[in-house]
Amino acid sequence: MGLIQLGARDKDGTSDVITMTVEKAVNWARKGSLWPMTFGLACCAIEMIAAVSSRYDMDRYGAGVFRASPRQSDLMIVAGTVCRRMAPVIRKIYDQMPEPKYVIAMGSCATSGNIYDSYSVVQGVDRFVPVDIYVPGCPPTPEALFDGILKLQERIMQKRVFVTQPKEVKDALKV
Amino acid sequence: MSHLAKRIEDTFPGAFMNAADWRGDVAVTVKREALHDVARFLRNDPSMEFDYIVHVSSVDWPDDEERFEVVYEVYSIRTRQRIRLKTRVPESDCVVDSLTDIWKGADFMEREVYDMMGIRFRNHPDLRRILMPDEYEEGYPLRKDFPLRGRGWRDTFDFLDEHAR
Repeated sequence: MGLIQLGARDKDGTSDVITMTVEKAVNWARKGSLWPMTFGLACCAIEMIAAVSSRYDMDRYGAGVFRASPRQSDLMIVAGTVCRRMAPVIRKIYDQMPEPKYVIAMGSCATSGNIYDSYSVVQGVDRFVPVDIYVPGCPPTPEALFDGILKLQERIMQKRVFVTQPKEVKDALKV
Repeated sequence: MSHLAKRIEDTFPGAFMNAADWRGDVAVTVKREALHDVARFLRNDPSMEFDYIVHVSSVDWPDDEERFEVVYEVYSIRTRQRIRLKTRVPESDCVVDSLTDIWKGADFMEREVYDMMGIRFRNHPDLRRILMPDEYEEGYPLRKDFPLRGRGWRDTFDFLDEHAR
């Protein structure tokens, strides 16, 4: 990507240095190795599986290392209809993920409940976890999921990494 | 009338209410008090031998005097016959005899009927809700007078308060 070149030398022997902010380098590293966590709840999970399989190969975007544990992942892809009884589980797993963490709501159900306007279906996961990217579709194609991942990567590049948090935020984070 | 329905009518003349035969599907309605005896007969009689319980479900007929209907569908693996056994339940006395002592497989399905329709099963070994949480208090979701969107449970996220730090 030409962002950092360590140890490389020019023809005349001087070191080849590119100047950039540490923030940009950190963000670049983060966006290039998203480890998603499987949260397949319904038919969207099938498209998510197709997206990581050989034909589409999500690994090309650095997001192919699917983890079954929230402690090892930084991207939660909520794929499918979320029932109210599942909601505390999703929230608990989100809380167990290490920072920085991102959430993609894949499909109409995770985004808004879709046609399931019923007593048991949550009308969108954003009611109890913060969502970064919404991917529309019922179910979305693997290409649509990739579009969401690329959008998320753009978003990660815009994040501020080294910012001093205000005192109120620091106090609020103390247990 | 199919020979199965005829057989039930002859054996239980007082309990038999009606029978329907539609495209080979036999459905027999019996009185609630005799449901357990009829089921035992279907299970144990050598010519019946319905050894597999396929499904237990319930229907809400809000305008009828006996509002609910419990439907048992059973199958005989040996004779390859199936029959649907129905009984009606009034809202005021919403209890049916459990058939778990005859078919063990009825356990979870009767729990589902209880969960969704609020029909209780006498002598059931573990009559708790099965799909909805144990502490769910809004009623029985598949009753016709239950609002489609529920009574607010789906929009309450009380677990979020526990995480507030």
